Amino acid sequence: MNDDVTAAASLIVFGLRPKALPGRDPAYRSLVIRHRDDDAFAALVAAVARGLGLRVLDVDAESGIVLSPLQGSVFELRLDQYARQTRTNERRDVEKVLHGVIFLAAAALAFPRPADLANDQYTGRVSVAEVDTMAREVTRVLRENANAIDPEADTPRLEQVWRAYARRPESQSTKDGRAAPDSTRGMVGRALRYLADQGLLVPVPGDLDGLYRTTRRFLIQVRELAVERTMDELLRIGVVPVLDPGGSLRAADAAEGEG
Amino acid sequence: MLYPVICTRRCRVQIGNDERDGAVPDDGLIRRLKALACTAPLNDLDSRKSYLEWLDGSVYQMAEIGLHVIDQVTIAMDFDAGADAEQVIARTMPFVAVQGLRRSREEHARVARWVLDSLINVGTVDRGFQRVYGEVDAAGVYVRRRFDFKLLVELSGAAGEIYLRATDEAINVLVGALDTDIESAQVAAEVKLDHLIKRGRLADAKLAAEQARYRTIQLGEALRTTLEATRRDVRAVDWDEAAPALLDSALDHIQDRFTAEDAILRHIADARDEATDPRHKRQAADLVAIVEDCMRRHSQLLLRLQQARALFRAEQDRQLFADPPRREAADLYGQFLRPIMDLPVADAYEPLEAYFRASTGLARPTVVTVNSLVDLLLRIPSEPSDLGRELPDPELVPVVSTNRFSDGHWQMAERLLDLRDVTRSLSELLAEAAELDEDLPALVGLLAGHAYAPEISSAIRRGRRHILLALPTGDSLPQAGAGGVHGADLMLSAVALVDDSTPT
Repeated sequence: MNDDVTAAASLIVFGLRPKALPGRDPAYRSLVIRHRDDDAFAALVAAVARGLGLRVLDVDAESGIVLSPLQGSVFELRLDQYARQTRTNERRDVEKVLHGVIFLAAAALAFPRPADLANDQYTGRVSVAEVDTMAREVTRVLRENANAIDPEADTPRLEQVWRAYARRPESQSTKDGRAAPDSTRGMVGRALRYLADQGLLVPVPGDLDGLYRTTRRFLIQVRELAVERTMDELLRIGVVPVLDPGGSLRAADAAEGEG
Repeated sequence: MLYPVICTRRCRVQIGNDERDGAVPDDGLIRRLKALACTAPLNDLDSRKSYLEWLDGSVYQMAEIGLHVIDQVTIAMDFDAGADAEQVIARTMPFVAVQGLRRSREEHARVARWVLDSLINVGTVDRGFQRVYGEVDAAGVYVRRRFDFKLLVELSGAAGEIYLRATDEAINVLVGALDTDIESAQVAAEVKLDHLIKRGRLADAKLAAEQARYRTIQLGEALRTTLEATRRDVRAVDWDEAAPALLDSALDHIQDRFTAEDAILRHIADARDEATDPRHKRQAADLVAIVEDCMRRHSQLLLRLQQARALFRAEQDRQLFADPPRREAADLYGQFLRPIMDLPVADAYEPLEAYFRASTGLARPTVVTVNSLVDLLLRIPSEPSDLGRELPDPELVPVVSTNRFSDGHWQMAERLLDLRDVTRSLSELLAEAAELDEDLPALVGLLAGHAYAPEISSAIRRGRRHILLALPTGDSLPQAGAGGVHGADLMLSAVALVDDSTPT
């Protein structure tokens, strides 16, 4: 029994290392195979993980074990902490929201169609310039929808996110020639590096700077967890209409896009 | 019986209109206000130049230099790239040099750079400008809105280099045709040009030709953004109506321009050959150069136009006829990114936080193990090799009061000058003050001088009930008067203040 618990905990520890893969470590691979074949062991892994404040999203021979933190767990990352390091005169809430939008835009670019997100084998590619362009494209579409009505001056917190994004410059020349961290490209670059450090993106070697490909782990996290949690929050503030399960997301989106 | 009824109705409608007139949304007013706002950064340059410590800016007309900078950026703007900042500065320098002939080259460069930086608004996070304006909405309520705009923007190119582009607002400011319809202004410009050449007014003709060129650049810019958007997502562009309309209008524009420019070239050739004034000859030659540049740009635009529809069809095949989704999953773009970016900042935070927590993986708390703890405890603390200079003990100097009169002096003077219901002469007061303290007469003299023309309105604003008033007696103070105060003798008295602006 004790050996089983140790083995379960070891599998979870592999999941905590962002760069560990079953393909590189025989011990990891054998634990993944045991998880697949032994239901009692799988239940034990889930129980140990729950005790630690983690949820097992997926265990797979290629990407290994994919874990996510439960609410309030010590493993939980917060946007607050991520955005803390920035030093600008901009309002803090705007700063945090812009960082959040950039992470979402990166995922939207990596998995542009619903089919891509549904396909376990899909590998998306993102680059700094494209993520920024994607977000700017949304601002362009929303600006057109807004019929050139400007935001109210007295209520800055009611300003829409896309306006804040559009105001922020794409890039800035700095005296020492480095990318300015306050510009959107600087912020996107930081977000992608961060995701790469977390083992969710892998840099693609080559001429183009700042090009990454997605990992299966990233796809699983976005599809199995992030989409659901974000949708819950959106529904709570009454933004997204409940979609008809039979209806196609693409058709609704296309009709909306043309209108 | 019929007439009165009609009359009353009409009258009532009339009155209704009148009442609303002041509160009807006025698009023209807003357009003009926004146009005005775009010129503010240029005007601002001239008012800010006097604050520059490194420059005596009186010889430089900064707004002119600003317009010149925008000109240079706009002309260098192409389909794919923009203007290099250093080149813009280099091209602006001769223009600056003309204004400040006796100044150094370094100063010219610095002025050009300062103007360029000011137009980008370097130093702010957003690098843009804002203007608050009011608008009456459909319900008749006055709402204050914020207009964000930029004149020059920095963008990064494919190789990571940073280049400049002029925004639509800047191009509008530049050509002075604020918020007008592109096509109609275009036709007007053409007619004007033709007319001007016939009358031999070439300087104006050059201006009109330049305006026509800016319109071409604007159309090209609109086409470029449309095509780029199509390449990313066919659905993002309205290829049913908007995009074909843009293509058609651009095509019409080019057709018209080719006809017009052909005619202009022929006319100018005549004008150039017939002109005897060398200045006219030179202007005509300039105009030929501009028209040729216009034709080059039109060819470029035409090429893009020819490719546009093919590009749309290719992208449609590539994007829309891909595999249909096999399994239900979320549409990150349409269901999440776009709706969230349309939310107010305050509402968007929670969903984004939820997304961030769920998608960015795990935080790994640092764990102290026995091994690492022992290592940590046994580690030799690293001594900083250089502690720096020894801090000198600061020498403290006792605070010396620089006030000539102490609090005691002020209290005594206040008592002496508390002249409610009494009137006394200054000479008398000075003598009394001299008995109290030898410095006091000076203070009393100053206060009395102040009372000669007291600021009554500010005293009322501060809520004072009395004010000291002084009137000359016509006599002089004694020469060897107390405290060295001399001049005209004054009669002093405190008068009551009555604020008649507030109803009692």
